[in-house]
Amino acid sequence: MEDKLLSGAELVIRGLEHLKVSTIFGVPGGAILPAYDPLYDSPIRHILARHEQGSGHMAEGYAQATGELGVVIATSGPGATNLITSLNNALMDSTPLLAITGQVATEAIGNDAFQEAYTVGLTMAATKHNYLITDASEIPQVLLEAKHIATTGRPGPVLVDIPKDILNQKAKWIEPKLIDLPGYKPTLDANPKMIQQAVNLIKDSKKPLLYVGGGIIHSKANIELFDLAEKFNIPVVTTLMGRGAFPDGHELCLGMPGMHGNYTATTSIQNSDLLIAIGVRFDDRVTANPEFFAQNAKVIHADIDPAEIGKVRDAEVPIVGDAKSVIKGLIDKLGDTKLETSNWIQEINEMRESYPLTFTQDEDGPLKVPYVLEELQKMSEDDSIVVSGVGQHQMWISLHWKFTKPNTWLNSGGLGTMGYSLPAAIGAKAAYPDRQVLSLDGDGCFQMTCQELITASTENIPLKIVVFNNGNHGMVRQWQKIFYKSRFSASELTHHTPDYVKLAEAMGAVGLRMEQKSEVKDVFEKMLEINDKPVLVDCVVDPDDMVFPMVPAGGSNDVIILNEEDLKKI
Amino acid sequence: MSERILSVLVEDKPGVLARISSTISRRGFNINSLSVGPTNIDGRSKMTIVTELESVEQVKKQLNKLINVIKIVELDPDNTIESEVMLMKVSINKDSQTSVIEKANLSGAKSVDVGQDYAVFELTGTSKELKKFENLMKPFGIIEMIRGGRIAIQSNL
Repeated sequence: MEDKLLSGAELVIRGLEHLKVSTIFGVPGGAILPAYDPLYDSPIRHILARHEQGSGHMAEGYAQATGELGVVIATSGPGATNLITSLNNALMDSTPLLAITGQVATEAIGNDAFQEAYTVGLTMAATKHNYLITDASEIPQVLLEAKHIATTGRPGPVLVDIPKDILNQKAKWIEPKLIDLPGYKPTLDANPKMIQQAVNLIKDSKKPLLYVGGGIIHSKANIELFDLAEKFNIPVVTTLMGRGAFPDGHELCLGMPGMHGNYTATTSIQNSDLLIAIGVRFDDRVTANPEFFAQNAKVIHADIDPAEIGKVRDAEVPIVGDAKSVIKGLIDKLGDTKLETSNWIQEINEMRESYPLTFTQDEDGPLKVPYVLEELQKMSEDDSIVVSGVGQHQMWISLHWKFTKPNTWLNSGGLGTMGYSLPAAIGAKAAYPDRQVLSLDGDGCFQMTCQELITASTENIPLKIVVFNNGNHGMVRQWQKIFYKSRFSASELTHHTPDYVKLAEAMGAVGLRMEQKSEVKDVFEKMLEINDKPVLVDCVVDPDDMVFPMVPAGGSNDVIILNEEDLKKI
Repeated sequence: MSERILSVLVEDKPGVLARISSTISRRGFNINSLSVGPTNIDGRSKMTIVTELESVEQVKKQLNKLINVIKIVELDPDNTIESEVMLMKVSINKDSQTSVIEKANLSGAKSVDVGQDYAVFELTGTSKELKKFENLMKPFGIIEMIRGGRIAIQSNL
């Protein structure tokens, strides 16, 4: 222990340096001001967002791209409440996040002081855990614990609320040590008995299917998953959060199942006799009505969070553990077993041929998002990071983009937060300045956090943004068309206000526009050439295009709507 | 639906009761009774939660996710010692006074305060016994009644 006294604020910054934090995102304000002073001298890079929600998504993007902790800092009151969307988003998608918020002085807490909000109470259900600091000497230890909780087990957001007087209070730096948290002991190693039971089911199965999600990416288990699938010839479906966990283009990769999944992925689940579910949570967007979900299948469900197992679907073999340990265990115990899955794979391949993913792009017609995506992928780098918003464009990207590596697909899966794309892409690009980062966004989403384009320009974060401009809240419009007799209540934006090109220029970025097929290649070439500034492409697309396949909410995955014609089925 | 009793060992930290009740209410679960108090171990409190849930497993798992929750045990109702304290203020008059106090004493309740027109009784027992006492006193006029929440401990049998 050193004798020198440091302020709580200095302990915060030193604590972050001690945790090897190199970049943080935030917006200063009254209660957190003391912490910004020592930050001025710190090697930690601070990226000044234009809104706290943006700063939270930036930290999420940073964390999702790197698999490491993302850190965000905000002031009390509105600073903290503006963060809540990103905290809840991180909770739903299991993103490791540390949020530090200023709070009014201890003696003012509860007195409705200026910029006071009950941050710990407000964020209780939006975080994995949170803390209110009552003495400056606790700060280094709490920051270490917070990182530990955020990054281990099922990752998630942890918030540390620090009153202003505590930031000014003097205390000694006590080297933090990871002590025992009696109520927090995530199970990492799978029980060998359960692995054996799982292996017995796999050996008996004729139609096994790996149903994998975000857990594979958090556990960095993609190599092990690849070995398991290849060695034993088991096909794989990757959920929205698991895209990139198994490479698209591989014969065994069926892509995304569910509400807007492709026909083969969704139907393979229905036809399977054994789901090997790893790091997934049987989300309603995957299962539709759970009563009709994979009715012929037994279930092996492995997850690091015991609360996910049996939540939606009972498992014949429940396994609590880290995905990597589970998969290694399965490979090990399967040994030289040969699984006879060729008939099953043939059945799947026939499905793939009969029901391919299709789209049509007319020569002179309005642009279709899938076409634009296909052209962009041809021109972009292999390891580019794609960050989407929420809605039609998100589904089209997940369906049509070929993801071959983990952590290259960032999106808001659980909470479905419009406005996520641009700030999250800024976070990813801050983590990887040398990689291509593509924010592929909808116009409705973009307008929710577009002020962060200023952050990208001023912080010298030259990412690429494509705004799919259909002048509408596209997914809302699609539902209104299908379920509300085309009564387009409050879903229309406009194609031309704002003028996205001028908006980009006003915000210090380069603005480009494409409206027809003949322009796509040239505009993307221009976009990809510019690397010293953010570039935004206003990509004007068909407002009447709809995302298919589709299984209506609460429906059965046996009834898949493949195109507009099929809508008569419902 | 039968009752389920959860005995929850928690770290004695600020906000832990709020975390637990918020976790339960967020998932739409009802609580029949919840009590909390210190244990013989420093820094540890115990909660007894009584609910009528089919999905008690899911509640246990969700509660276990809370960082401050150390251990959850579901008590076997056939093998559990259960107790609850109740304070009841009953209205009395010259005519009823003797009968009320006599009945209360016969039920095992202690009169802890007696005034001109009221008497306060304290009774400790199972929820059945407390309910029985409440029914017994009802005709005389219950002015106020407070129950302390059920606590339970596993028997070693």
